[in-house]
Amino acid sequence: MRRLWNLLPPLVTLGLILGAWHLATGPTGLPSYLLPGPAQVGRALWGGFADGSFWPHIGFTLTSTLVGYAIGSVGAVLTGICVAESRLFERFVYPYIVAIQAAPKVALAPLILVWFGFGLASKVVLVALICFFPLLVNTIIGIRAADRELIEMARSFSRSPVFIFLHVKLPAAAPAILGGLQIGIVLALIGAVVGEFVASDRGVGYLIGSATVNMNVSVMFAGVIILSVIGMAGSSIVQALQRRIIFWQADRSAPPPSET
Amino acid sequence: MSGQVPPLAVSGVGFAFPGRQVLADVSFEVAAGEFVAILGPSGGGKSTLLRLIAGLLPPSAGEVKVAGERVRGPRRDVGMVFQKPTLLPWRTALDNVLLPAGFRRGASKAEVARAEELMVAVGLPDAAGLYPAELSGGMAQRVGLARMLLHDPDLLLLDEPFAALDAMTRERMALVLQDLWLARPRAAVFVTHSIPEALLLADRVLVLSGRPARIQADWRVELPRPRLTETMAGPEFNQLALALRRVFDEVAA
Ligand SMILES: Nc1ncnc2c1ncn2[C@@H]1O[C@H](COP(=O)(O)OP(=O)(O)OP(=O)(O)O)[C@@H](O)[C@H]1O
Ligand SMILES: [Mg+2]
Repeated sequence: MRRLWNLLPPLVTLGLILGAWHLATGPTGLPSYLLPGPAQVGRALWGGFADGSFWPHIGFTLTSTLVGYAIGSVGAVLTGICVAESRLFERFVYPYIVAIQAAPKVALAPLILVWFGFGLASKVVLVALICFFPLLVNTIIGIRAADRELIEMARSFSRSPVFIFLHVKLPAAAPAILGGLQIGIVLALIGAVVGEFVASDRGVGYLIGSATVNMNVSVMFAGVIILSVIGMAGSSIVQALQRRIIFWQADRSAPPPSET
Repeated sequence: MSGQVPPLAVSGVGFAFPGRQVLADVSFEVAAGEFVAILGPSGGGKSTLLRLIAGLLPPSAGEVKVAGERVRGPRRDVGMVFQKPTLLPWRTALDNVLLPAGFRRGASKAEVARAEELMVAVGLPDAAGLYPAELSGGMAQRVGLARMLLHDPDLLLLDEPFAALDAMTRERMALVLQDLWLARPRAAVFVTHSIPEALLLADRVLVLSGRPARIQADWRVELPRPRLTETMAGPEFNQLALALRRVFDEVAA
């Protein structure tokens, strides 16, 4: 009952927005080739799912996003561990990481497409590259921020460096790593769509791009809505993971956060 | 004593943090089964001294020997209770006690049983499954004490272990510590700010003060054991406390 009650305010907002949208695009409002009404967008969404034409695009975008995200994330955490744990590695590599971190990776999209072709591979590479750096930096900062007194305590009980890494440093870095994963999932989707914009014959990004060429604004909107849903779903999954993994950070005495 | 190697020998130890000499020429020995309390003003270098003994810091002068061997790093036969609780927030109290044994998964049945026993001994029979965030400061500190006792070292290092506790619990914990120590008397170095606590527990009281800090006084406490709450009410105890207070004020002025 409470949950339903919590759902009500955002639903009211949604209703108001849809209403305003409907009015703005009515007979006296904006022409539908600039802004289609909610009903038109709804029909485009329904049509695309009903005739199955959206599914391959969604599948393609999801595949490149998830595969690239997985590769980029695993790579980032492993590299981050090396940099944080090895002085030598840090001195050789860290300055470049900082430099590349500042560069906008999407600018590399055309080059990556030239190198890796117009298929899935180039999208995966772009996605991996884009979500790699924020997570890398977070991993390094997280491990470095591990409480020195806890490390000293574990050392005093003659615990091995491996033990200290696994049971003191890594859990201490978990909040930062999960924060990086949270940023990464959003960036991954952006990377996939940018890749599809630049050159592709499939994907939700391609769907939006080709709809633009045909001036089919309803389908563009449908594509944006699909991407938003994918992004929100990914974000919520990572958030749920975050709450489970770093349970000790939650204030256990407080009631659970009332979210919808 | 009697020609044996002492469990702890600190000789001519000096230590400096960058730009700041903390300890200078600190020398003392702790005999087998001897409980030594170290009194000193705040910021005087007591925690630093314990970290040097534990092998967590290298001395800049002199040397620390444990069981006749020069300390080069943390040793298995030394265990420490830190001034702060230093518990892993992602482990239960019981797992934190079992850290020296590799947590519950790595520990033997006997070690787990011993850990549960120690939790009862330090007055936390129901806290095994709680996480550090759910413990009060005093409870967390008692988990730290149980953890050190599970490690079962030959040399105990305690850095103001009861400072976060209320006066009554503090006294009770001191007596619990005495019991656990009497069950197997061993060399112990106990840092405290409290003169009564030092007198309740120690065979010997060292006063560490000055800038840089040195051992300024070395007192023997000849009160019979086990010492009890009643001991603290006796005239002998109070006279000792007063005399020690005078010494302390004199050297720490
Ligand atoms: N990591 C550090 N870097 C630099 N200076 C330090 C460091 N740790 C301690 N000090 C300095 O060394 C001195 C001694 O500190 P220490 O913690 O040993 O004092 P203490 O006697 O244990 O004090 P308290 O009774 O308040 O715990 C202090 O002046 C402190 O500022
Ligand atoms: Mg201290």
